Amino acid sequence: MATTITMPQLGETVTEGTVAQWLKSVGDNVDKYEDFVEVSTDKVNAGVPSPVTGTIRELLVKEGETVATGTPIAVIDETGATPAAAEAPAAAPRAESTPAPQTPSGNGAAASVAESAEIESAARGASPAVRRLAREHHVDIRTIKGSGANGRVTADDILAAARSGAATQIAAPPAPPPSAPPPAAAPPIVPGATQTSQYAQPVPGTFVTLTQARRIIAERMVESRHTAPHAWSMVEIDVTDVWQWRVREKDRFERETGFRLTLLPFFIRAVVKSLAEFPLMNAKFVAGNGSAPPSIYVNPEMNIGLAIGLPANLVVPVIRHADKLSIKGLAAAAGELIENARKGKLGVDDLAGGTFTVNNNGANGSWASAPIINAGQAGIVTMEAIVKKLIVRNDDTIAIRQMMNACLSLDHRVVDGYVASGFLASLKRHLEAMGPQGEL
Amino acid sequence: MASTDTATGTLERHGLSDDQLRAIFRNMLLQRQLDNRGFQLNRQGKVPFALGSEGHEALQAGAAMAFNRGSDILAPYYRDLGLCLGIGLTAYEIMLSIFARAPDHNGGRQFPNHYSSKAAGLMSFSSILAAHLPHAVGAAYAIKYRGEKGRAVLATCGDGTTSEGEWHETMNFAAVHKLPFVMLVENNEWAISTPLEKQMAEPQIWKRAAGYGMPGRRFNGFDPIATFAAVKEAMDRAREGGGPTLIEGTCYRYLAHSTDDNDMTYRTREVVMERRKQDPVPAFEALLVEHGVLTAQDVAQMRKDVLRDTNEATDAAEAQPYPTPADLYLHVHEGAWQPWQS
Amino acid sequence: MAVVSANTTVMNNVEAVRATLYDALKSDERVCILGEDVGARGNVFLITKDFVGEFGERRIIDTPIAEASIVGIAVGMAMEGLRPVAEIQFADFIYPSFNQIVGEAAKIRYRSNGEYTCPMVIRTPYGGGVRGALSHSVSIEALFYHVPGLKIVAPSFPADVKGLLNTAIDDPDPVMFLEHKKTYRLIKGEVPNGHYTIPLGKANVLKEGTQLSVVSYGLYVHWALEAARQLEGEGISVEVIDLRSIRPMDKTAILQSVEKTRKLLIIHEDNKFGGIGAEISAMVAEEALFHLDAPIRRLCGPDVPAMGYALPLEEEFMSSPAEMADAMREMVKF
Repeated sequence: MATTITMPQLGETVTEGTVAQWLKSVGDNVDKYEDFVEVSTDKVNAGVPSPVTGTIRELLVKEGETVATGTPIAVIDETGATPAAAEAPAAAPRAESTPAPQTPSGNGAAASVAESAEIESAARGASPAVRRLAREHHVDIRTIKGSGANGRVTADDILAAARSGAATQIAAPPAPPPSAPPPAAAPPIVPGATQTSQYAQPVPGTFVTLTQARRIIAERMVESRHTAPHAWSMVEIDVTDVWQWRVREKDRFERETGFRLTLLPFFIRAVVKSLAEFPLMNAKFVAGNGSAPPSIYVNPEMNIGLAIGLPANLVVPVIRHADKLSIKGLAAAAGELIENARKGKLGVDDLAGGTFTVNNNGANGSWASAPIINAGQAGIVTMEAIVKKLIVRNDDTIAIRQMMNACLSLDHRVVDGYVASGFLASLKRHLEAMGPQGEL
Repeated sequence: MASTDTATGTLERHGLSDDQLRAIFRNMLLQRQLDNRGFQLNRQGKVPFALGSEGHEALQAGAAMAFNRGSDILAPYYRDLGLCLGIGLTAYEIMLSIFARAPDHNGGRQFPNHYSSKAAGLMSFSSILAAHLPHAVGAAYAIKYRGEKGRAVLATCGDGTTSEGEWHETMNFAAVHKLPFVMLVENNEWAISTPLEKQMAEPQIWKRAAGYGMPGRRFNGFDPIATFAAVKEAMDRAREGGGPTLIEGTCYRYLAHSTDDNDMTYRTREVVMERRKQDPVPAFEALLVEHGVLTAQDVAQMRKDVLRDTNEATDAAEAQPYPTPADLYLHVHEGAWQPWQS
Repeated sequence: MAVVSANTTVMNNVEAVRATLYDALKSDERVCILGEDVGARGNVFLITKDFVGEFGERRIIDTPIAEASIVGIAVGMAMEGLRPVAEIQFADFIYPSFNQIVGEAAKIRYRSNGEYTCPMVIRTPYGGGVRGALSHSVSIEALFYHVPGLKIVAPSFPADVKGLLNTAIDDPDPVMFLEHKKTYRLIKGEVPNGHYTIPLGKANVLKEGTQLSVVSYGLYVHWALEAARQLEGEGISVEVIDLRSIRPMDKTAILQSVEKTRKLLIIHEDNKFGGIGAEISAMVAEEALFHLDAPIRRLCGPDVPAMGYALPLEEEFMSSPAEMADAMREMVKF
């Protein structure tokens, strides 16, 4: 009989463990209560004793690998054990059922009159008791003159009206139509629902197990989208000159610093200049609580988050005090963050404290996008693909220019279109004024 | 060892028969085996938590021999496996506690090692240190209140607990009322990770007895016979109306605090290995063999028996059912009960 | 004490507590009293006056000043078969014994799966209006009423004091017995002679009414009753309910009253946030929302740490019959 050994929970609060060392190899014999693997967790390091006497058939986890508690780590063939009389059959797949759909009320016009009467009455301050009594006595609350404070209709008013018959009667709703056919037995929602796959190699028909990072992304996106009312705006920017400036400088820069010179630091430079002109774009909305009313906090620092897409997730490391850095400084800072992001070496400090976010989205060819604001910020700007276009200039000449869209999502609680348009216009102005020469 | 007169080579027995000496040794072996089993079951993922008392074996087996079953009361703490075995709990009852199975005295509610048995005179206690000590003197007061002769309460705690305010309150009250009460401190030098010198400026806890106006003494807790003698003297005085005593047994905690602790974060393996040289289990074995109380064959057989008993207890307890979800709602008060009366 | 009929005696609340404890000591050898100054001094309010002379130091135990162990020792006595009545001299001093009450007494039966029990009473005087300042005036019930395993009683009338204290001493589980100290000598009433009990969790409708239900306990029950009687003259009909028992609490009495009057005002001296009124409000919202013709209102102590010693600070903290009457009028008018 084969026994599968799972990663034990070594501690009340521990959720995963690392296989530090296999003390046995495949084919080795192991005695019951003999340690066969050393496991380390953030709380303890310990040998794990075998629950059975037998031979190691399989080691499922490599040394150094960390797995969740309960994950199978080894299979041992038990020796000397009498074969189980009959292995319990695997539990039959549980019939997952979806909730039965609500049967339509079918009460027709009378019901909707009653409903709208009640909705309106509720809006006018009729209490739950009044609404219940009005329903029970088929009284239209709107036709009653209230005797309560500020003319409020009280429960006694309803009862008096019902007794006197003075108020408009709402027809009793007709009996519901013959019962609707029962909903068909719901099919199991996902056949084979126990299979899972990885995000990087998703397999159709399986559940992708979320990494911690993906779970957090999902939660933060929902939070932002639900709490911050998003508005969106876009501007087209002529980046020909700044492009040429970059082309001129990039070889020297790469030789001197070892980092590639992209347009990103130029963009950030322009963004911080515009943020300086529109500090409300560098702010955040602070919800009120019982003791404090809601407010807007204008950040004293400009910490620019860079949205960096990775195969399995998205990270937004932060360049602190971006307004204090030259283009060169920004290039070096961004280069280091991007490199660390790709190596998975970003620290907690690298990811915290952003006040505004820039997403260099155009590298992937996108022409316009509507980004979701990083929760706790007032805006996010994307720099889209740079495309050569025929442009009619102010002096009516036609030119081929490199054009780029910049898209802004803003938290409408913090700023309105007025500030947002001003910010985008400023961004356009700053970027078009850059190059083709200058000090990096 | 204090109990041997090295000059004459005689064994100072303090009245203990060969059978009692063998019972003490067997208790020590069983403690170690059950401790080990608890850790093994945890590492196998079968139980979420275990806590051992390695290093306390001699102290607890010796002290339990001075406990009168059927009349005395024990108010222990969570590192008292050997004391609880010594006053009558079985390996099976210990395993029921570790596995949290339905027939456990606590119905699988309490943490492991929080034993309780009204039949055995073993008072229920919580994980909050020193909270059990007022209960112990309350029980001692009840004994005196009813004028019951020959009964006493043995309460225990570790060195860590002596820093609690209720430890002081308890000692004071017991002394004021001359209660039939013995405070046995098992000083293993560690309060989880906090060493003795960070717990108290005066490391000899027994000296506090004078401040309360009661006798106090210290003994070598690695010596089960010396422990028996000290606990018996104190319990006899308590039983005869002579009032409370503070006794301190010195020992050492060989294991981490629990399966959730890594003691190598605050002490070195070398220090522990050095103290292992005084390990009371092989030392007492050597003493008993030297004096002919046990032969080497007896010891080997005893070890086999203890392992067999442990294996049988493990399997029997594991085979018991868990409490059911409905059990969660029982014993809040007597009878069915809700905060809203309707 | 004055005997007005063969069947009742007029007592104040101090006399009612004392008489009940006396009877319990007389009739049950297991009953003993422990606390600070309960012996020769006879308790600071003279509740145990002369007890030590009659019952001896063995049963009337003057403890050291150590509240945690007063409760803890009583727990041990109860586990070993006695029926201790532990006294905390002022409710304000109960905090050092919090663990013994919440972590130990309330859990003994539960954690031992019913093997051990903890039949004990913790008596303590609470409440303000007596110039008690920060540490001789607090209400503590909300700190404990959250705790499964505890029962809490807060009677306001001498007859209830006797019946409920008898029940508490007989109870197989720990009971906290809260005595409002301003009512100690202020409130007098007829108390039936002989032994009787009142079940826990039964409220008392002190005055029937049709337009508003007022739920209260302790000193404020008396003030609420005074206000309600005053409103009678204005043609306003208010029902006043004395909870008497806070945990368990009488759901039926509250719901029956609210379903009749459709309006609920909860009055207590303890501060509002998370207080007894919060639980009552939630229960009524869950069980009787469609009977409510006005928002539930709570008239409670302010959310400050305690009432100050200076008279204006105490007066600001405490409510009054006039303030209660105003709240009742507003609710009825709504």
